[in-house]
Amino acid sequence: MASITLKDVAHSYRGESQNPADFALKKLNLTWRDGGAYALLGPSGCGKTTLLNIISGLLIPTRGQVLFKDQDVTRLPTEQRNIAQIFQFPVIYDTMTVFENLAFPLKNRGRTSKEIEPRVIELAKMLGLEKDLYGKAQHLTADAKQKISLGRGLIRKSVNAILFDEPLTVIDPQLKWQLRSQLKFLHKKFKFTMIYVTHDQTEALTFADEVIVMYGGAIVQIGTPEALFERPEHTFVGYFIGSPGMNILPCALKGNKAMIDGIEISLNQSYTPPSTGKIELGIRPEHLRLEEPGRDGLPVKVLKIDDIGRHKIARVALNTCQLNVIMPEMTTLTGDMGTLVIDTDHANIYLDEHLVTGETL
Amino acid sequence: MIAKQVNQKAWFMVLPVFLIVAFSAVIPLMTVVNYSVQDTFGNNVFFWVGFDWFRDLIHSERFHQAFLRQLLFSGIILAIEVPLGIAIALTMPKKGWGVPLCLVNMALPLLIPWNVVGTIWQIFGRVDIGLLGHTLAALGIDYNYTQDPIAAWLTVIVMDIWHWTSLVVLLCYAGLCSIPDAYYQAARIDGASRWAIFRYIQLPKMHRVLLIAILLRFMDSFMIYTEPFVVTGGGPGNSTTFLSIDLVKLAIGQFDLGNAAAMSLVYFLIILLCSWIFYTVMSNVGEESSPKGGA
Repeated sequence: MASITLKDVAHSYRGESQNPADFALKKLNLTWRDGGAYALLGPSGCGKTTLLNIISGLLIPTRGQVLFKDQDVTRLPTEQRNIAQIFQFPVIYDTMTVFENLAFPLKNRGRTSKEIEPRVIELAKMLGLEKDLYGKAQHLTADAKQKISLGRGLIRKSVNAILFDEPLTVIDPQLKWQLRSQLKFLHKKFKFTMIYVTHDQTEALTFADEVIVMYGGAIVQIGTPEALFERPEHTFVGYFIGSPGMNILPCALKGNKAMIDGIEISLNQSYTPPSTGKIELGIRPEHLRLEEPGRDGLPVKVLKIDDIGRHKIARVALNTCQLNVIMPEMTTLTGDMGTLVIDTDHANIYLDEHLVTGETL
Repeated sequence: MIAKQVNQKAWFMVLPVFLIVAFSAVIPLMTVVNYSVQDTFGNNVFFWVGFDWFRDLIHSERFHQAFLRQLLFSGIILAIEVPLGIAIALTMPKKGWGVPLCLVNMALPLLIPWNVVGTIWQIFGRVDIGLLGHTLAALGIDYNYTQDPIAAWLTVIVMDIWHWTSLVVLLCYAGLCSIPDAYYQAARIDGASRWAIFRYIQLPKMHRVLLIAILLRFMDSFMIYTEPFVVTGGGPGNSTTFLSIDLVKLAIGQFDLGNAAAMSLVYFLIILLCSWIFYTVMSNVGEESSPKGGA
């Protein structure tokens, strides 16, 4: 067991290059605590899988070092690292039985069948595969096959970390939560470091102690699910996390006043207006309230209301800016005008897409 | 209740197909069947001989030997072309400029007509003017395919390998290209050796294309005629007289139509039977256990 450290790691699929645009993964420094559960979250093509493959050794990074504890493993081949990786599509060896599939990593490492057999049977019980243990793996369903892939990762006791590359993509929704809770259970039991790549925020937020959000080949925020929700450090995080995402409105600053499209809003913090750059105000739909017209607040025009079951989402226009507002299920609104109340405690200011903090008044 | 109207007129729609198939396949085949159970002394006068021709054929030493030569030939070329084809496919590049280069080179022998291949090798192997024959002779190796049965066999086999291994290569290459990268990555993580990767990933994934490659190569080699005929004419002696060459000698050389017709039918049934056995055996490889439900 060891922590994993990435030191100045960057990767370009075209080899060493002076052009920053060639880098699928921009320079990053990161340490993964031993036994932690991490989620790598981001849109397709943001470099998640590249990062994962660098840790497992399937890719050698163009720049930087990978350390397991204090040992440099940057150039160590995959099979010599104690890493397991589960892929998006279940990988099983068609001609083998479930037993042989699970035993394969141990057999390749020269263990005797005396050692292998009890271990395989124990693990199969834990994964709920004991019923099909001696049948061909080929004939099983996708979720059972994915369990076999997972089993091949868990079979080696020395495994440091298990990397998951969107492993539940091909699994039926009703089986997803079942596998997910099984994974959580196994993680608690074996205490391996778990790095879980996904573009599904619910999956990331329920799984991980810490979520790493990636965007355009770089890490934009690392934090607990709450931190990502409350204080997104990048407008992308605000927009990507939450449903619907954060409202991002261009604005101008003057002390503790923000001017949105000519409308003045008082903030809880005071900012020194920067000379250049794009200033935006971010506010979650959960932190907005829509009231009857004529109340204290900003007059808005209601464009449409979607009922999504647990609550309603109103799309409102504040002059030319449009915002989403979450309303409780039972609210009713007469007419197409309303009053918008902003919970300014939760308003964030972004300069060139990055969070800036002001002075508390 | 309304009885469903049965309309038999639709049968007329398939009549053209019946006519075409009858004209092009059934009637010619029946002619062969006719010849195989009758004898003639010319003038289009036939009389019934029952299964005499078949009885003769089954007990004919000449047929036995041609049949054994044929089996040996198909066996040898399958035993060489299939492993060689797989080996070449495994070494072919998966991306880059080498891919089109390899594919075009591999496809070239397949595009050459049979009798041209035969002519190429007929000249190539000649001791007086052929590059191969002359070189071997200069090296002091006694090689003459017109006199030595072993040299004749070697020439015919090497020629077939030269001509047809590409087919196996291309089919296997297609099979290999369809294996997702994740399989190789998983194998590396599982610490699999090169041999284990071949045995447990590549070979099973090539299973279907290999089945087709072996079937095609078996049927083609079992019916081979043009190339050995051009090179050796079935000689020296009868040493490279395969079934089809023997059949042509019998039918057109000796004009024994009854014998030849019986032989054609038996030949046809042998190929059908062998192909069926191959297919059944190969399809069942790796699928002995009955399908089971999921966990």
